[in-house]
Amino acid sequence: MAAALINVQKTVRKGEIIEIKTLMAHPMETGFRTGLGGQLIPRDIIHRFVCTFEGVEIFAADLFPAISANPFIAFTFMPQQSGTLTFRWFDDKGGAQVETARIEMV
Amino acid sequence: MRLDAMMFTRRDALTGILLACALRPAAATPAMMEAAIADFTKNRPVTEGRVKLDLPPLVENGNAVPLTVSVDSPMTAQDFISRIALFNEKNPQPNIALFYLTPHAGRAQVSTRIRLGDSQFITAIAETNTGALFSAKAELIVTLPACAEN
Amino acid sequence: MKRLAVLIACLSGPVCAQDSKSVSFDKRSTFDLMKPETQAMQRDDASNPAMLWVQEGRALWQAKAGSTDKACQDCHGDVASMKGVATRYPAYSAAQQKVVTLGQQIQFCRAQEQKAEPWTAEARPVLALSALVGLQSRGLPLAKTGPAEARAVAEGRALFTERRGQMNLSCAQCHDDHAGQSLGGAIIPQGHPTGYPIYRLEWQDLGSLERRLRNCLNGVRSEPWPSGSSENVAVQTYLRERAAGLPIETPAIRP
Repeated sequence: MAAALINVQKTVRKGEIIEIKTLMAHPMETGFRTGLGGQLIPRDIIHRFVCTFEGVEIFAADLFPAISANPFIAFTFMPQQSGTLTFRWFDDKGGAQVETARIEMV
Repeated sequence: MRLDAMMFTRRDALTGILLACALRPAAATPAMMEAAIADFTKNRPVTEGRVKLDLPPLVENGNAVPLTVSVDSPMTAQDFISRIALFNEKNPQPNIALFYLTPHAGRAQVSTRIRLGDSQFITAIAETNTGALFSAKAELIVTLPACAEN
Repeated sequence: MKRLAVLIACLSGPVCAQDSKSVSFDKRSTFDLMKPETQAMQRDDASNPAMLWVQEGRALWQAKAGSTDKACQDCHGDVASMKGVATRYPAYSAAQQKVVTLGQQIQFCRAQEQKAEPWTAEARPVLALSALVGLQSRGLPLAKTGPAEARAVAEGRALFTERRGQMNLSCAQCHDDHAGQSLGGAIIPQGHPTGYPIYRLEWQDLGSLERRLRNCLNGVRSEPWPSGSSENVAVQTYLRERAAGLPIETPAIRP
């Protein structure tokens, strides 16, 4: 897996709901396409995405081949304290990509 | 346009259509979608409403259709949306995504981008922490780009 | 195949009645023709997938490479110094004695300064660095070409207006004469190279102007110009001249 792009505001106020936007570089090969020789190209997608905050799961997703290449997932979060967000993407080849982002309560 | 070019055009167009029919992968039928939905709902009743599905009505490329699903919910520890599932009628598979939410979200709202092989209905079903189910449906038309890659 | 059939069926219509004249319309970016949601994808860097490549480009910019163990930034400094550069490509290179695209210039730098293994023409790192450098000029107008590019512009114009392929169509017949009219469900764009490399939804990928031209040529059933050939660069140079004044959008989204 390649790079991820995460967009989270760095500081939040108490009670504020923020939107977290994530992009992951991945072809999301559906498993339904054929190559030049007519053979089926094996499925290779990110099938799971998990976001935790200080170790607690706040959002997760099971993804199917109907999710676009370079998957974009955006969700909301209302932090109660400063802490670290951890993002994990899991693909069919057994690979996992981990990224983190820090949020400060002001 | 010259006549010989025109004849080529018609023949090729016809061949194209026939091949497209022959090569098309098995698509999810509405019945398959119903089965996938039943698998999620476990045959509990589904109430239409509370869910909002934002999709463009006319899509210029089915490879990346922006979708936002939101549910009217206080998202407190006592009353929140725990799962949102997305289904389609006509892709090769009926499932699109299944989102797991928590009260930490503050708001029940998720955005993503999806692939759609054809014009069809999209269904979103949200489940509350007590197991109640709510749904929304949206229809969209997928247009074909005139200048496709192949 | 189905899409192709639609394309051919549409092109067999009223298009290509007469040969093309010179451009006489108000220049408009294809951005203006896109649906609001596609425009939104381009406007918001946090949701523009092309920014994944920009991020890779940033890492490459700082990465030492080749037998000289130099990074781009060792010569050029911060990438912000590249502001305006992409407005002037394709450009004549005295060192290479020919007009080159931005991608070719990046490859030249890699070979000459870094003494590193060349990348293939449309390899991911070339696209990533092109996107990063192009982004530095976002919002700046594409510059008019100069005397050093005049020959390439003339050659490019000739190729652009020449009928070609089994469909016997020139670029100009669609993009000059019938721009703004419908082709299937889409509106024919004027075809200005303001956003390259672009993230094309059809490709589900970032791609170069060269790839887009290859697409077009396949569409009219014409033999694509070889990668990096003088024809290919000439057409790109003419397109730069033809679009001069339009702001750069790199990295743009296109359907």
